[in-house]
Amino acid sequence: MIIQLIKIFVKQFLTFIKKEFYHVFRDKKTLLMLFGLPIVQIVLFGFALTNEIKESKIVVCDYAKDAASRQIITQLDASRNFEIEKTILTHQQIENSFKEGKAKLIIVFPANFNDDLLHLKKAQVQVIADASDPNTANTLTNYVTNIINGYQKELSQNDPVPYQIITETRMLYNPELKGATNFVPGVMALVLMLISVLMTSVSIVREKELGTMEILLVSPVSPFMVIISKAVPYFALSLVNLTVILLLSVFLLDMPFNGSVLLLFAESSLLIITALSLGLLISNSTASQQTAMLISLMAMLIPTMMLTGFMFPIENMPWPLQMISNIVPSKWYYIIVKSIMIKGLGFSAVWKETLILLGMTIFLLALSFKKFKIRLQ
Amino acid sequence: MKEIVIKTDKLTKRFGDFIATNEISFEVYAGEIFGFLGANGAGKTTAMRMLCGLSTPSSGTATIAGFNIYKQTESIKKNIGYMSQKFSLYEDLTVLENIKFFGGIYGLSDKQLKEKSDMLIEQLGFTNETKKMVGSLPLGWKQKLSFSVAVIHEPKIVFLDEPTGGVDPVTRRQFWDLIYAAADKGITIFVTTHYMDEAEYCNRISMMVDGQIKALDTPASLKKQFAATSMDEVFFELARGAKRSD
Repeated sequence: MIIQLIKIFVKQFLTFIKKEFYHVFRDKKTLLMLFGLPIVQIVLFGFALTNEIKESKIVVCDYAKDAASRQIITQLDASRNFEIEKTILTHQQIENSFKEGKAKLIIVFPANFNDDLLHLKKAQVQVIADASDPNTANTLTNYVTNIINGYQKELSQNDPVPYQIITETRMLYNPELKGATNFVPGVMALVLMLISVLMTSVSIVREKELGTMEILLVSPVSPFMVIISKAVPYFALSLVNLTVILLLSVFLLDMPFNGSVLLLFAESSLLIITALSLGLLISNSTASQQTAMLISLMAMLIPTMMLTGFMFPIENMPWPLQMISNIVPSKWYYIIVKSIMIKGLGFSAVWKETLILLGMTIFLLALSFKKFKIRLQ
Repeated sequence: MKEIVIKTDKLTKRFGDFIATNEISFEVYAGEIFGFLGANGAGKTTAMRMLCGLSTPSSGTATIAGFNIYKQTESIKKNIGYMSQKFSLYEDLTVLENIKFFGGIYGLSDKQLKEKSDMLIEQLGFTNETKKMVGSLPLGWKQKLSFSVAVIHEPKIVFLDEPTGGVDPVTRRQFWDLIYAAADKGITIFVTTHYMDEAEYCNRISMMVDGQIKALDTPASLKKQFAATSMDEVFFELARGAKRSD
């Protein structure tokens, strides 16, 4: 009896999924959008944007603790670009503070900085930047070098023999400062969100508009099956798209891929489910395709573009926007992807972000199912 | 004693202050063609949606095929078919795909599906159109297909909400042939319409005005009762006092 019921259920479910795939593959415009979009996005975002960065967290390791290093630190401190923490870090700690996102850039003054400067007229400063976000790394390094150069000029003013402070810059994770490392995870987030949210919500609302939803609701199939089967094709297509983006970025843009492919796909699946839930919620709350599309764009596309962090650094934004960015799922996904792909970290490094995404998904799913029940009455 | 398949008792639907359907009580017998008539906005669609389980009544009760509309909606759904006012097949699916999809969701087996679809296509004369997208068919054809799909699982009752709206007279006539064929198989037909000539085709009809049923009888008795020569006159006589219409 139970086996019979399951059989019927599976058969109905497959019938539905088949129908959804027909819908997708017969709509040429949608198909073009589905598969053209990632390529267009990758090309578009290739033109990286640079922006001013304010109050970025940097760490100063001052082994010198002398007049010269202090003066430079004071000047760095005076700049609105930085928020300085002064500590002495070991090599391992430097690595860790980057991985944990505690610092965007670390400046190391060697022990005899002032002595070298006074006696040899030549001293070294090491600047290490987290270049997984190449725009930020580049900009921050430029700010630091400018300040140090300024100090050097100041010193040399009354001296016939100029002082020389050599800044030795190291770009961690992404030595060649490839823009791809920054925008590819962003484009991944954007594309997955776009397809999953927009397409799902529109396809459900379309059934309402056409009147077919009524027929389905009058039939004995469970409304949940109607909804879930809508999500399946878009889930599958999103994974295909993800693969296309990854292949493009690794083989065309020489993007590094240091972490686990499996983990990345698992995390991506989670984001897709989050997005699908959001799509369901939108479709259950709207009655026309236009409204669904508009809400999807307003509620998803714009925040994803602005608040994920791949176009504009979040740390520069006023705090209300920074707060809002926390409820944008793609922000967390972006962090996860960067950690996995570029830094090659495992699940233990991204479990917090994963948990946040999971929480969002459960919340959105619960809300949309609740909405759906109300609608049926 | 005729078997009763639909029985409503003071069925009411309120939307805020507006009473769309006001305490309607009636019975429909097995195998009959029951015409559910009324002007626009009289409350026909609302009543039908309650009977199909698409909308929950505000008060009153009803049983459909012996099942309670509050508690046994799942059993009701298995025993009814529904064709909405809007054309509602998938335009981007072919004729055959539509038949198979709707048959599939009613749990027909592959064998049944094959038999049913062959029979349907034959009956409709769609042999050359099976692989055509439904969107490319003329409206009349779509409506006929839509009806056939609504009864594909041989329900006890089929609800038709203005099935012939916007269809030419010849196709309407063909459509009613399909309805008669279904009724002959024992399917009870519950149909709303605007066309008074179609009212004549029904075994019994009810007239709704402003959310209430004002008359219910066979077309012949109604004409007698209102001393009218046609259903048009009966309708006019009843609907004249309506406050709601659009």
